[in-house]
Amino acid sequence: MAAGVGKTVRMLDEARVELEAGRDVVIGLLETHGREETARRAEGLEQLPRRRLTYRGTTFEDLDVPAVLVRAPELCLIDELAHTNAPGLERAKRYEDIEVIRDAGIDVLSTMNVQHLESLNDTIAELSGVRVRETVPDSVLQRADEIVLVDVTPEALLDRLRAGKVYPLERIDTALNNFFRVENLSALRETALRQVAEDVEERRFTVDEPLGTREERVAAGAPQAVGERLLALVEPYPGAQRLVRRAWRSSQRLSAPLDLLWVAPPGGPADEEQERALHALRQLGSVLGSALLVEEGEDVAQTVARVAEERGITYVLMGASRPARGLARLREPLPQRIVRLAPGVDVRIVADRARLRANREIRT
Amino acid sequence: MTVLIVLLAALAALAIGLAAGRWWAPRHRQVRAARPDAVRRILLPLTGASISRRAFDAAVRLAGVEHATLMPCYLATVPLYLPLEASLPVQCLRAMPLLETIEQRASAQGVAVDARVVRGRTYRDALRRMLDDEHFDRVIVSATNHPDMGFRGDDLVWLLRRADAEVLILRPAPEDHREVVATVAGHF
Repeated sequence: MAAGVGKTVRMLDEARVELEAGRDVVIGLLETHGREETARRAEGLEQLPRRRLTYRGTTFEDLDVPAVLVRAPELCLIDELAHTNAPGLERAKRYEDIEVIRDAGIDVLSTMNVQHLESLNDTIAELSGVRVRETVPDSVLQRADEIVLVDVTPEALLDRLRAGKVYPLERIDTALNNFFRVENLSALRETALRQVAEDVEERRFTVDEPLGTREERVAAGAPQAVGERLLALVEPYPGAQRLVRRAWRSSQRLSAPLDLLWVAPPGGPADEEQERALHALRQLGSVLGSALLVEEGEDVAQTVARVAEERGITYVLMGASRPARGLARLREPLPQRIVRLAPGVDVRIVADRARLRANREIRT
Repeated sequence: MTVLIVLLAALAALAIGLAAGRWWAPRHRQVRAARPDAVRRILLPLTGASISRRAFDAAVRLAGVEHATLMPCYLATVPLYLPLEASLPVQCLRAMPLLETIEQRASAQGVAVDARVVRGRTYRDALRRMLDDEHFDRVIVSATNHPDMGFRGDDLVWLLRRADAEVLILRPAPEDHREVVATVAGHF
């Protein structure tokens, strides 16, 4: 979550449990940041010396990957996954070193703060006003066998900071006035909790996969996603912006991600007006943090059902259809078709309040 | 006699046509409100969680008279430490309810609305991108006496030079404390 929550301590505790269970455990690199409590927890665990490297007259110390490979423990502890390596080393980033060590058959325990995750970096920078430069690609985290969230309330973390357990005394005031504010820490905590929840959910889906299609899983009563995921069905015309705003509001209430989907007729946008509306929708989606998916297809319901299955959608939001005319009245309405083709997915039709009000005024 | 019958038939057809026209007219207006033809486009840039009531009223009045599409555009500012394409969840919390309110109020007065959100490093930069991307016939902005809110004097001078459209600047007035704030009807 953030510096000082106890990631390194937790990693050391996990390592001790593994050691007591009879595994060969080694500390490849430990960053105590001068914290005595952390150093004490490392006592009794074998620690490899750091690699010393002189580059343009300056001596750096960093993880000694060759030494880890030669020692070849069963489990290696390497702190600070997002760290950028000292210049002159074989690889630029520590997570790349860890890939090499894992490829050699050595399990690795590592630590990172949530703001270092590449996909969350922008959001957290906007929320907190502090930009973190060192990032880790999401794919690195996805390859981890297990993710453990080290959680602590913002108030408890601030107490730890004030007590000098996180930074030396001379840095406390600066930290309290910059990054370590309750609102920042709350945002980080929420983001970290959500990220881990999504990861757990993803793994549940992976485990469910042998049961077959989503339809079969629903029929079998298999566990569904804990979190919601929304899909707004849009068309490139001005009224769609309103639908997107409503869908976004719902996604905020549910704390769920939102995707936008336009099922385009073959050939794409029909004219310049549609092109412009599509561009505006893309802009809006981008600002909201939602992806606009454009799928060509003749059958809207089938395309929606396919996308819903692929992306684990639980809610489809759509605008009210225009009244059917002629033979089209005989066809099954779109919402019913989606409900039939995508079982387990709720369909919500968003009312057009502006049109409702206009209708009332016309009547009076 | 035949001429008289033909004349009467023509008059009857004319009367039926006029009656049908009156009967259809409100529905026609409603359809136009929902699906604008974009004959004329009025840009109404927004910079905060509210806009001046006078600017909003002026924009709606003009759009109504000219059968124009009102285009409220939220200008989101992206700090330098973020890429320009970054999502802006915090600003969206202000922008979305405001755009919803404007759309509901304007639509209730029969004005077609086509909202936008555009990003830039500053309000002026965002507005420049909007003007580069799309064509507008008129831009309505409200000058403000508050140095930290909305467009500054030099922004307005820049807009007059830059915009390829009529620019309507509403001078600051005592009643400018009356604002359109995000009070959405219904469960937005």
